[in-house]
Amino acid sequence: MEDLDDPIDGAHGRWVRLARARGESVPFTIDGIPVRGHAGQMLIAAILAVRPDFGCLPPDRRSRAGFCLIGLCQDCWVRLADGRRVRACTTPLEAGMAVRLDPSDESW
Amino acid sequence: MNGARSRLRTEVAIVGGGLVGCSTALHLARRRVPCVLLEAERCGAHASGVNYGGVRQQGRALAELPLAGRARRIWGRLERLVGGDGEFRATGHLRLARDEAEAAALEGWIREAARYGVHGELLSREALRARFPWLGEGFAAGSFSADDGQANPRLVAPLFARAARSEGATILEGRTVVAIERAPPGFVLRAEPELELEARVLVNAAGAWGTRIARLLGEELPSEPIAPNMLVSEPLPFRIEPNLGMAGPGIYLRQVPDGSVIFGGGRGTVDLERRRCRPSFATSLATIGEACRVVPELARASIIRTWAGIEGRTPDDLPIIGPSPRMAGLFHAFGFSGHGFMLAPAVGAVLAELILDGHSATSLAGLEPARFAPGSAAAA
Amino acid sequence: MSSDPLVVIVGAGPAGMAAARTLVEGGLRPLVLEKGPTPGGRLWQRPATVDFERRLPGHDPDRAERGVSDFLGIVDRIDWYPGTTVLDATRDRLWALGSDGVIDQTPWDALLVATGALDRVVPLPGWTLAGVYTLGGAQAALKVHGCAVGRRVAFLGTGPLLWLAAAQHLAAGAEVALVADTSHRLGALPALPDLLSDPQRLALGLACFRIVRRAGVPIRLGVRAAIVEGNETVRAISVESRGGRRHFTCDAVAMGFGLVPQTQLLDLLDVPFDLVPTSGLWLPRTDRSGRTPVPRVYAAGDGARVLGGDAARLSGERAALAILEDLGRPTDPERVARLERELARQERFARGLARAFPFPAELEARTDDDTVVCRCEGVTAGAIASAVRTFGRHDVNAVKALTRCGMGRCQGRLCGPAAARIAARAAGVPLGEAGRLRAQPPIEPLPARARCMVTEPNG
Repeated sequence: MEDLDDPIDGAHGRWVRLARARGESVPFTIDGIPVRGHAGQMLIAAILAVRPDFGCLPPDRRSRAGFCLIGLCQDCWVRLADGRRVRACTTPLEAGMAVRLDPSDESW
Repeated sequence: MNGARSRLRTEVAIVGGGLVGCSTALHLARRRVPCVLLEAERCGAHASGVNYGGVRQQGRALAELPLAGRARRIWGRLERLVGGDGEFRATGHLRLARDEAEAAALEGWIREAARYGVHGELLSREALRARFPWLGEGFAAGSFSADDGQANPRLVAPLFARAARSEGATILEGRTVVAIERAPPGFVLRAEPELELEARVLVNAAGAWGTRIARLLGEELPSEPIAPNMLVSEPLPFRIEPNLGMAGPGIYLRQVPDGSVIFGGGRGTVDLERRRCRPSFATSLATIGEACRVVPELARASIIRTWAGIEGRTPDDLPIIGPSPRMAGLFHAFGFSGHGFMLAPAVGAVLAELILDGHSATSLAGLEPARFAPGSAAAA
Repeated sequence: MSSDPLVVIVGAGPAGMAAARTLVEGGLRPLVLEKGPTPGGRLWQRPATVDFERRLPGHDPDRAERGVSDFLGIVDRIDWYPGTTVLDATRDRLWALGSDGVIDQTPWDALLVATGALDRVVPLPGWTLAGVYTLGGAQAALKVHGCAVGRRVAFLGTGPLLWLAAAQHLAAGAEVALVADTSHRLGALPALPDLLSDPQRLALGLACFRIVRRAGVPIRLGVRAAIVEGNETVRAISVESRGGRRHFTCDAVAMGFGLVPQTQLLDLLDVPFDLVPTSGLWLPRTDRSGRTPVPRVYAAGDGARVLGGDAARLSGERAALAILEDLGRPTDPERVARLERELARQERFARGLARAFPFPAELEARTDDDTVVCRCEGVTAGAIASAVRTFGRHDVNAVKALTRCGMGRCQGRLCGPAAARIAARAAGVPLGEAGRLRAQPPIEPLPARARCMVTEPNG
């Protein structure tokens, strides 16, 4: 099975791919680090393919990795570098997306 | 009660378990005066418990300043009075002027208010930008009042109710007053379900229902129900310290330490008969647009909840507080017109003094019911 | 524009799709609003971007494809808005956010709410760690994304979805650490007569159980307590059952204890709710026809009563017929009778399921003081109990005001039922007296940047 999910700096992903993804491989970044995902897959799948979690939500800023994955628990909102906030489980990955997960970033 | 109408007798009957009613009960109980408060639903169910949470003297009508000054002192020692601080913080209040005319009004207010010992600091366009970098463009000036702040009404209203109870006040929830008779030297109140209450003194603190309660005794004091419309964002990194308001009409906005931005403006819809209100989506959208002009980065956040609370508004936007001009033993305290939260702790203190001592050091001039009595100058 | 009444359907899962088709057959042009990018709902969520090498139990991509393309075959006869999230509704209009970030208001003459259900969770120590998912979430990761939510996934909860999700993971090649069910095997016996009302679904359930057993996965039944362990992310789960307490190493947990209908919209429309004592959930008052006590408001599918996908399809069709009946359009009484008969059968099966897999109310009521109940705001069970005791209030809305429980981004969708149970327990009153969290608009987060195309004359 082809695996396009490149780990970042030795960090490992959380999700394990069990079926072949059809979408073409596209580049995006997490906190400036280039990674790749499949076009059309939801952003959360692309992030968790290369990261064990993401934690950037106030109030508690605890480590998160999504929960309901159907757009209801609101636990997977992430920021994009262009200032948008998106719900990662309902937002399709687009080539060139710049995701910001750095919890020390205080911008809104 | 066994189904029979139970009859209670007390010194002071209070109609309405909002913050004003509970504060009155608390201050009476602290002086060991028997009192019974009748609340149609639950204490703090309407505007008292779900208002915006602003605690400010700045920008108030001058007639309110003596009362507001006294209230501010109580806010500072809330913990000692009711056993909790209600999340009151003196974060300051920033009032914003959009143009030169509003800026002049800010300056005028600061000058007038100084006579009441209330201080505001005028800030230029440049000073605003330097001090509050998150603020949007387009404000000609601002005035900052450091003593003002904010609190959490969801905690303050229950704290007052609890404190009143523990000082010995009787608070009966789920009792709707349906009739009041004059029975000299006092009153007899009939409430559903199944209660008759006899009292020497009656306090009408029924909020949006205050006009109706007064009418049960043939007293005509005008107010209309309104439902201020409020919103809250998801939690965001903390940045906005002061409570914000506009010099002219517009929004009000504050950020709480957990990060949520609470803001409001405009009205929801209200149904006084069913005791229900509802935020209006159209109002919410308009308010979001305005709030994003005041704090542009708010546009990046999501709004996660909106609500409204039922409140009474008088023709002159000032509360009706004080003794009835026609009927001994009857006191009114309602119609706070959307800015009573801050005043309420002092209203109870002043009413208790008026009831027990016949006078209070805190002036209610300009707020008294007499201004609406036929023949009075203010009513003309 | 025709002067036909405007029927709006919210949700294009099995119920909404069936309703749309029925209304089209009845000569109407409904407006269908769906939050997701494609129709199908959770049941037929199309695995459009992944290919499995083996077939997963209970997962029929071809059938899903057929159901969805059936619906897509009528989109020129409906007004179809995918990617559209309804945010608020009043008696004559609703507000929705489109995929273009634009908010629009839609007037409606009849409204069918078919908004589906969300997994029911029980707050457990560690359930907020990264790597804990709902069963539905783990299923979505698998079916839609072709991924397991971890290298070793433990399954915890009760109900058919627990065993189905575990079996699907095994079939897809995932490593399953444990399947832990709070129900007892013996509990299923009295339920058997009801479960036999749908032999096909019963067979699927048994097949899933067999798949798990044959795979040699540890199984725990009658689980009384569970703790998810880890620092920031899941490291292990420990469960307590009659056999004692045991740890299982895993890096992900999928949990679910049945489903909760997503009733926020019905709530905003003032549909009354009733407490169902067996489940402890408040459900909107509807009858088998999908009518609610509020005129012109209808409900269908798992968003009203959790009966499963087949029943959702039937109830969508039935509700559409009710709409046509109420609009004075001709309908076939035999068709109505047949649908109601089939729905009655599905209700019977659901009763069987509820009996075989009862909700573990004790587990919920005994939530530790330190355990987070509201994951959005980080409110613990202890904070809830303490507010109840301090202020003498046990209404869950008062608890929300005092503690922030249920005030966060998800609006109490996840924590509401548990918060009510904990408040009732702390006050020593029956569950019903704690009430239910009331919905507030917007029912989903509203991006402040969303633009509105409507100007209100007196907004």
